[in-house]
Amino acid sequence: MKKNFTNARLVLPDEQQPVEGSLLVEGDRITAINIGADDQPDGAIDCQDKLLAPGIVDLGVFAIDKPAFRFGGITRAALMPDQAPVLDLPAMIKHNAVDGKPDLWSHPIAAATKGLKGQQLAEIGLMQRSGAKAVATGRQWIADSGIMLRLLQYCKSLNLPLIVHSEDAGLTGDAVATNGETATRLGLASATAAAESLSIARDIALVRETGAHVHFRQVTTTAGLDLIRAAKSENLPVTCGITPAHLLLSDIAISDFRTFARLSPPLRDEANRLACIEAVRDGTIDVISSGHDPRGPEDKRLPFAEAAPGMAGAETLLALAFTLVRDGIIPIGRLFELLSTNPAKILGVDAGLLKAGHEADFILIDEDAPWQVDTRKMAAAAGNTPFDGLPVQGRVTAIYKGGRAY
Amino acid sequence: MTSHKTASSQTFPAGSDAFPHRHLLGIAGLQPWEILFLMEEAKQWVDLNRKSSKHADRLDGLTVINAFFENSTRTLLSFEIAGKRMGADVVNMHAAQSSIKKGETLIDTAVTLNAMKADAIVIRHGSSGAVQLIADKVDCPVLNAGDGRHEHPTQALLDALTIQRRRGEISGLTVTICGDVMHSRVARSNIYCLTTLGARVRVCAPPSLLPAALDRFNVEVFTDFDEALKGSDVVMMLRLQNERMNGDFIPSPREYHYLYGLTRERLKLANTDALIMHPGPMNRGVEIDSDVADDLENSAITEQVEMGVAVRMACLDILTRKSRGVEGWS
Repeated sequence: MKKNFTNARLVLPDEQQPVEGSLLVEGDRITAINIGADDQPDGAIDCQDKLLAPGIVDLGVFAIDKPAFRFGGITRAALMPDQAPVLDLPAMIKHNAVDGKPDLWSHPIAAATKGLKGQQLAEIGLMQRSGAKAVATGRQWIADSGIMLRLLQYCKSLNLPLIVHSEDAGLTGDAVATNGETATRLGLASATAAAESLSIARDIALVRETGAHVHFRQVTTTAGLDLIRAAKSENLPVTCGITPAHLLLSDIAISDFRTFARLSPPLRDEANRLACIEAVRDGTIDVISSGHDPRGPEDKRLPFAEAAPGMAGAETLLALAFTLVRDGIIPIGRLFELLSTNPAKILGVDAGLLKAGHEADFILIDEDAPWQVDTRKMAAAAGNTPFDGLPVQGRVTAIYKGGRAY
Repeated sequence: MTSHKTASSQTFPAGSDAFPHRHLLGIAGLQPWEILFLMEEAKQWVDLNRKSSKHADRLDGLTVINAFFENSTRTLLSFEIAGKRMGADVVNMHAAQSSIKKGETLIDTAVTLNAMKADAIVIRHGSSGAVQLIADKVDCPVLNAGDGRHEHPTQALLDALTIQRRRGEISGLTVTICGDVMHSRVARSNIYCLTTLGARVRVCAPPSLLPAALDRFNVEVFTDFDEALKGSDVVMMLRLQNERMNGDFIPSPREYHYLYGLTRERLKLANTDALIMHPGPMNRGVEIDSDVADDLENSAITEQVEMGVAVRMACLDILTRKSRGVEGWS
């Protein structure tokens, strides 16, 4: 069945501003983009001048949380291997790949090492055969450089991207915050922000050695971003991501021991935050993801150091990312490269673009619609957002997965 | 530098305006007169504690729970004595007896304590911020008896009272705090307290035990103890935690003593009548030598312990005034 989405403002590849037009869908695929034409009256759906953008591909969530994803306009989610049990067996990949279908596609990411312990390579080839599109070190850093080298050699041979958490564990130890005035005032164990750049520097050296694609899941420091920038100028296959929290909040947000602002990597100081904004602007950062990790009171209503890191980010991802457009840092086209196109490209799936032949995953957005983040009213499995009470703008009004409305 | 009058000549706002806080969770954020008010109120209890009959009936019928989630002997005993001398029924809850060990969350414990209708709860906990977490869940005043590396407000108050009684003025004194500053809640509370009262505070520690951004706390930072000692009026030593010493933060106790131990010889660099302080328990021969610690003239270490009871009596008295219906304390 054909459907024509008319009277839309389309977020198209290589266009930085929305383009008025229509989008034709047949089955689960986009078949044509007819700019300015409404030539398919049968099955026409009037988008009422709303923004029609590719569905968000959320790279590196910790839970499949459909209500939250639907609210946030997420049509595909790449699930981190840090599950119970860990996604380190082909059967686990297969099992988790069907979670969420048909309205959400979950892409389970294979654990890089058995049990995510950083000691023995997991069966990444077999997990790829079971559907894994990427491999990840999980919340952990692989301390053993020899293991890391062999892992990258394997990933290269299998053409799988490796998603890494970049914090040198020898420096972070039991730290729960970044070194600085706030951590010292609160008496929290903290670590130098250099833990990140040290880890990135090692991995870039190994990328240079192996040619494997490494995606640094969250880069949050000036020094780390400088390393990524330099690696990209060498044409090394590296990409990196960030969350809205690291773009919009500094470590001051943990004052009063706010465990909802306890994240991993921890929030940085203002200078690092501004460097992250600049890296979004200049193209160093490739992906903005939610880091969705819903945590209930049993994990968060604890003393700060004992609380689990993580935030419920899926619902707020789009609205918070829209502030980058509203503040004039990036245009809308670039925003959806960060949210949809680039993460889909890293996973190697035909999504994240409004383009003929691609999966018909898209969302309609009223980008001016105001709403307020409220932990008590969230659709997510838990309301642990550091943005509680913040007034935001931008809301998904409809979500289409494979051409069907959900 | 701002000069503050000594407490004896200080006038304070009337009633609860002198200390308008529900809890005592830390020194950070307290106004100078609030700190001085607590110290001034403690003085009457110093006098009482020196009498043969030490009983006051001010807290008769009230229940004070000392909930200690972290081991402590000195502070627990001090709070227990303080509560009992005020006439309160004092109940001690030790970590070993706590349901936390059985998996109960801290908030569950707080709710349970609240249901027992305590009139004041004194809490020590190993995690920074834990006391505030409990304070948010209970109806009665909460006193922080030390939370992680964060704050230990009654220790800072008793230290300030000790200094004030020995030196008259705190404002203008040079106080050097030396030791494991990174892990020390005593250091943080003392930095806030003494700088608020106008002292010049120097902080000295091995670089591995100095927390970040201390220069933003209105203190001078040293890693050379000899330099820090020069011209000091007060030398406050901190306990070096033995469990952190081997090959972790410092090379060895022997090296630590060589670089940072307070010896008779090194003390000569400070002013001749420099006051020697230590929150205890001391590692004799590591951060402080016995002949310095036991100096009858200049060591105030046992006096600190004495002031501790008085300060805690004052805090219990002031924080329960509202519930006791004391005039002006609404």
